[in-house]
Amino acid sequence: MSEEPKKSLTLIVFSGDLDKALAAFNLAIGAASMGMNVRMFFTFWGLNVIKKNQGGIQSKGLMRRMLNRMNRGGSSRLPLSRFHMLGIGPWMIKRLMKDIKFPQLEELIALAKQMDVKFSACTTSMGLMGISKDAFIPGVDAYCGVAAYLSEATESQVNLFI
Amino acid sequence: MKADATVDCVGLYCPMPIAQTALEMKQLKQGQVLEVLSDDEGIKEDMPAWCKATGNELLSMEEKNGQYKAYIRKK
Repeated sequence: MSEEPKKSLTLIVFSGDLDKALAAFNLAIGAASMGMNVRMFFTFWGLNVIKKNQGGIQSKGLMRRMLNRMNRGGSSRLPLSRFHMLGIGPWMIKRLMKDIKFPQLEELIALAKQMDVKFSACTTSMGLMGISKDAFIPGVDAYCGVAAYLSEATESQVNLFI
Repeated sequence: MKADATVDCVGLYCPMPIAQTALEMKQLKQGQVLEVLSDDEGIKEDMPAWCKATGNELLSMEEKNGQYKAYIRKK
Protein backbone atom coordinates (compact mmCIF):
# COMPACT_ATOMS: atom_id res chain seq x y z
CA MET A 1 0.00 0.00 0.00
CA SER A 2 1.16 3.52 -0.76
CA GLU A 3 2.06 5.94 2.00
CA GLU A 4 0.28 9.01 0.60
CA PRO A 5 -2.78 10.26 2.51
CA LYS A 6 -6.04 8.54 1.72
CA LYS A 7 -8.28 10.08 -0.90
CA SER A 8 -11.86 10.74 0.04
CA LEU A 9 -15.39 10.88 -1.33
CA THR A 10 -18.15 13.03 0.09
CA LEU A 11 -21.74 12.50 -1.01
CA ILE A 12 -24.80 14.60 -0.32
CA VAL A 13 -27.83 12.36 -0.39
CA PHE A 14 -30.72 14.79 -0.81
CA SER A 15 -33.08 12.40 -2.55
CA GLY A 16 -35.21 9.80 -0.82
CA ASP A 17 -35.75 7.83 -4.02
CA LEU A 18 -34.75 4.18 -4.12
CA ASP A 19 -32.94 4.40 -7.46
CA LYS A 20 -30.87 7.38 -6.35
CA ALA A 21 -30.09 5.79 -2.98
CA LEU A 22 -28.85 2.69 -4.81
CA ALA A 23 -26.57 4.87 -6.93
CA ALA A 24 -25.26 6.66 -3.84
CA PHE A 25 -24.45 3.41 -1.99
CA ASN A 26 -22.96 1.87 -5.12
CA LEU A 27 -20.53 4.82 -5.28
CA ALA A 28 -19.85 4.76 -1.54
CA ILE A 29 -19.03 1.04 -1.50
CA GLY A 30 -16.92 1.34 -4.66
CA ALA A 31 -14.91 4.19 -3.17
CA ALA A 32 -14.48 2.39 0.17
CA SER A 33 -13.29 -0.68 -1.77
CA MET A 34 -10.67 1.51 -3.42
CA GLY A 35 -9.34 2.48 -0.03
CA MET A 36 -10.98 5.90 0.07
CA ASN A 37 -12.54 7.52 3.13
CA VAL A 38 -16.24 8.01 2.48
CA ARG A 39 -18.77 10.24 4.19
CA MET A 40 -22.41 10.43 3.19
CA PHE A 41 -24.41 13.50 4.24
CA PHE A 42 -28.11 12.72 4.39
CA THR A 43 -30.34 15.75 4.14
CA PHE A 44 -34.00 16.55 3.44
CA TRP A 45 -35.74 13.61 1.71
CA GLY A 46 -32.44 11.75 1.90
CA LEU A 47 -33.03 11.26 5.63
CA ASN A 48 -35.69 8.71 4.61
CA VAL A 49 -32.90 6.40 3.44
CA ILE A 50 -31.45 6.04 6.96
CA LYS A 51 -34.74 5.86 8.88
CA LYS A 52 -35.55 2.60 10.64
CA ASN A 53 -38.06 0.42 8.83
CA GLN A 54 -39.83 -0.57 12.04
CA GLY A 55 -42.02 1.52 14.30
CA GLY A 56 -43.43 4.99 13.84
CA ILE A 57 -41.67 8.34 13.69
CA GLN A 58 -42.45 10.25 16.90
CA SER A 59 -42.81 13.98 16.41
CA LYS A 60 -44.60 16.91 17.99
CA GLY A 61 -47.26 19.11 16.42
CA LEU A 62 -50.00 18.31 13.94
CA MET A 63 -48.15 19.31 10.78
CA ARG A 64 -45.01 17.36 11.64
CA ARG A 65 -47.03 14.33 12.70
CA MET A 66 -48.89 14.43 9.38
CA LEU A 67 -45.66 14.89 7.46
CA ASN A 68 -44.06 11.91 9.18
CA ARG A 69 -47.14 9.79 8.55
CA MET A 70 -47.14 10.63 4.82
CA ASN A 71 -43.37 10.66 4.53
CA ARG A 72 -42.63 7.61 6.71
CA GLY A 73 -39.38 6.67 4.94
CA GLY A 74 -37.13 3.71 5.73
CA SER A 75 -34.99 1.88 3.19
CA SER A 76 -37.75 -0.64 2.41
CA ARG A 77 -40.33 2.04 1.62
CA LEU A 78 -38.52 4.33 -0.79
CA PRO A 79 -40.30 5.22 -4.04
CA LEU A 80 -38.72 5.21 -7.50
CA SER A 81 -37.97 8.58 -9.09
CA ARG A 82 -39.62 7.32 -12.30
CA PHE A 83 -42.24 4.62 -12.93
CA HIS A 84 -43.23 4.41 -9.29
CA MET A 85 -46.73 3.30 -10.40
CA LEU A 86 -48.19 3.18 -6.87
CA GLY A 87 -45.42 0.89 -5.67
CA ILE A 88 -45.33 -1.56 -8.59
CA GLY A 89 -42.15 0.08 -9.89
CA PRO A 90 -40.02 -0.45 -6.75
CA TRP A 91 -41.41 -3.99 -6.38
CA MET A 92 -40.31 -4.78 -9.94
CA ILE A 93 -36.88 -3.21 -9.51
CA LYS A 94 -36.31 -5.20 -6.29
CA ARG A 95 -37.35 -8.39 -8.10
CA LEU A 96 -34.97 -7.63 -10.98
CA MET A 97 -32.16 -6.89 -8.52
CA LYS A 98 -32.74 -10.30 -6.93
CA ASP A 99 -32.62 -11.84 -10.41
CA ILE A 100 -29.10 -10.53 -11.00
CA LYS A 101 -28.07 -11.24 -7.37
CA PHE A 102 -27.65 -7.53 -6.76
CA PRO A 103 -27.84 -6.71 -3.03
CA GLN A 104 -30.97 -4.98 -1.76
CA LEU A 105 -30.57 -1.46 -0.35
CA GLU A 106 -30.57 -2.78 3.25
CA GLU A 107 -27.64 -5.08 2.40
CA LEU A 108 -25.77 -2.24 0.68
CA ILE A 109 -26.21 -0.06 3.78
CA ALA A 110 -24.85 -2.87 5.98
CA LEU A 111 -21.91 -3.44 3.60
CA ALA A 112 -21.14 0.29 3.57
CA LYS A 113 -21.02 0.30 7.39
CA GLN A 114 -18.84 -2.84 7.36
CA MET A 115 -16.47 -0.89 5.10
CA ASP A 116 -16.45 2.02 7.55
CA VAL A 117 -18.45 4.46 5.41
CA LYS A 118 -19.46 7.38 7.65
CA PHE A 119 -23.03 8.71 7.84
CA SER A 120 -23.98 12.26 8.80
CA ALA A 121 -27.52 13.52 9.28
CA CYS A 122 -28.48 17.15 8.66
CA THR A 123 -29.81 18.69 11.88
CA THR A 124 -31.71 21.46 10.05
CA SER A 125 -33.80 18.94 8.12
CA MET A 126 -34.29 16.92 11.31
CA GLY A 127 -35.58 20.02 13.11
CA LEU A 128 -37.73 21.13 10.19
CA MET A 129 -39.40 17.76 9.81
CA GLY A 130 -39.43 16.86 13.51
CA ILE A 131 -37.25 13.77 13.18
CA SER A 132 -35.33 12.68 16.29
CA LYS A 133 -32.11 10.67 16.43
CA ASP A 134 -33.94 7.51 17.49
CA ALA A 135 -35.76 7.48 14.12
CA PHE A 136 -32.50 6.47 12.45
CA ILE A 137 -30.76 3.14 12.01
CA PRO A 138 -27.58 2.61 14.08
CA GLY A 139 -24.44 3.82 12.37
CA VAL A 140 -25.14 7.53 12.03
CA ASP A 141 -21.78 8.94 13.13
CA ALA A 142 -22.53 12.65 13.18
CA TYR A 143 -25.37 15.13 13.36
CA CYS A 144 -24.23 18.29 11.71
CA GLY A 145 -24.76 21.31 9.53
CA VAL A 146 -23.29 22.89 6.44
CA ALA A 147 -19.93 23.88 7.96
CA ALA A 148 -19.06 20.32 8.97
CA TYR A 149 -20.04 19.11 5.52
CA LEU A 150 -18.06 21.84 3.71
CA SER A 151 -14.95 21.31 5.78
CA GLU A 152 -14.89 17.65 4.71
CA ALA A 153 -15.99 18.35 1.14
CA THR A 154 -13.20 20.85 0.53
CA GLU A 155 -10.67 18.19 1.59
CA SER A 156 -12.19 15.51 -0.63
CA GLN A 157 -11.25 14.69 -4.20
CA VAL A 158 -14.74 13.61 -5.25
CA ASN A 159 -17.93 15.29 -4.10
CA LEU A 160 -21.38 14.54 -5.48
CA PHE A 161 -24.94 15.69 -4.89
CA ILE A 162 -27.55 13.00 -5.34
CA MET B 1 -1.51 -19.48 -12.07
CA LYS B 2 -1.38 -20.49 -8.43
CA ALA B 3 -3.42 -18.39 -6.04
CA ASP B 4 -3.51 -18.25 -2.24
CA ALA B 5 -7.23 -17.44 -2.21
CA THR B 6 -10.14 -17.14 -4.61
CA VAL B 7 -13.22 -14.93 -4.65
CA ASP B 8 -16.00 -16.16 -6.88
CA CYS B 9 -17.98 -13.18 -8.16
CA VAL B 10 -19.67 -15.01 -11.03
CA GLY B 11 -23.18 -13.62 -11.42
CA LEU B 12 -22.40 -10.45 -9.48
CA TYR B 13 -22.36 -6.93 -10.83
CA CYS B 14 -20.52 -3.75 -9.91
CA PRO B 15 -19.65 -2.83 -7.18
CA MET B 16 -19.70 -6.34 -5.69
CA PRO B 17 -16.62 -7.81 -7.46
CA ILE B 18 -14.33 -4.99 -6.31
CA ALA B 19 -16.03 -4.84 -2.89
CA GLN B 20 -15.43 -8.56 -2.34
CA THR B 21 -11.91 -8.24 -3.71
CA ALA B 22 -11.19 -5.44 -1.23
CA LEU B 23 -12.62 -7.43 1.70
CA GLU B 24 -10.74 -10.62 0.79
CA MET B 25 -7.50 -8.74 0.18
CA LYS B 26 -7.53 -7.60 3.81
CA GLN B 27 -7.26 -11.26 4.87
CA LEU B 28 -4.14 -11.87 2.75
CA LYS B 29 -0.51 -11.25 3.62
CA GLN B 30 1.84 -9.14 1.56
CA GLY B 31 3.01 -10.99 -1.56
CA GLN B 32 0.10 -13.44 -1.62
CA VAL B 33 -1.98 -13.80 -4.77
CA LEU B 34 -5.76 -13.47 -5.01
CA GLU B 35 -7.77 -14.99 -7.85
CA VAL B 36 -10.99 -13.19 -8.77
CA LEU B 37 -13.59 -14.94 -10.94
CA SER B 38 -16.21 -12.81 -12.67
CA ASP B 39 -18.53 -12.77 -15.65
CA ASP B 40 -19.23 -9.04 -15.49
CA GLU B 41 -17.52 -7.36 -18.43
CA GLY B 42 -17.07 -4.24 -16.31
CA ILE B 43 -14.27 -6.03 -14.46
CA LYS B 44 -12.00 -5.57 -17.50
CA GLU B 45 -11.76 -1.84 -16.71
CA ASP B 46 -12.58 -1.95 -13.01
CA MET B 47 -9.91 -4.36 -11.80
CA PRO B 48 -6.94 -2.46 -13.32
CA ALA B 49 -8.44 0.76 -11.90
CA TRP B 50 -8.89 -0.84 -8.46
CA CYS B 51 -5.29 -2.11 -8.49
CA LYS B 52 -3.97 1.30 -9.55
CA ALA B 53 -5.92 3.04 -6.78
CA THR B 54 -4.97 0.59 -4.04
CA GLY B 55 -1.37 0.00 -5.13
CA ASN B 56 -1.79 -3.76 -5.60
CA GLU B 57 -0.30 -5.52 -8.62
CA LEU B 58 -2.49 -6.94 -11.36
CA LEU B 59 -0.51 -9.98 -12.52
CA SER B 60 -2.87 -11.07 -15.26
CA MET B 61 -6.41 -10.94 -16.56
CA GLU B 62 -7.70 -13.81 -18.67
CA GLU B 63 -10.95 -14.02 -20.56
CA LYS B 64 -12.55 -17.21 -21.84
CA ASN B 65 -16.12 -17.31 -23.16
CA GLY B 66 -17.13 -14.25 -21.18
CA GLN B 67 -15.59 -15.56 -17.94
CA TYR B 68 -12.85 -13.42 -16.46
CA LYS B 69 -10.04 -14.50 -14.17
CA ALA B 70 -7.90 -11.83 -12.55
CA TYR B 71 -4.78 -12.46 -10.48
CA ILE B 72 -3.68 -9.80 -8.05
CA ARG B 73 -0.60 -9.73 -5.84
CA LYS B 74 -0.95 -7.94 -2.54
CA LYS B 75 1.62 -5.18 -2.09
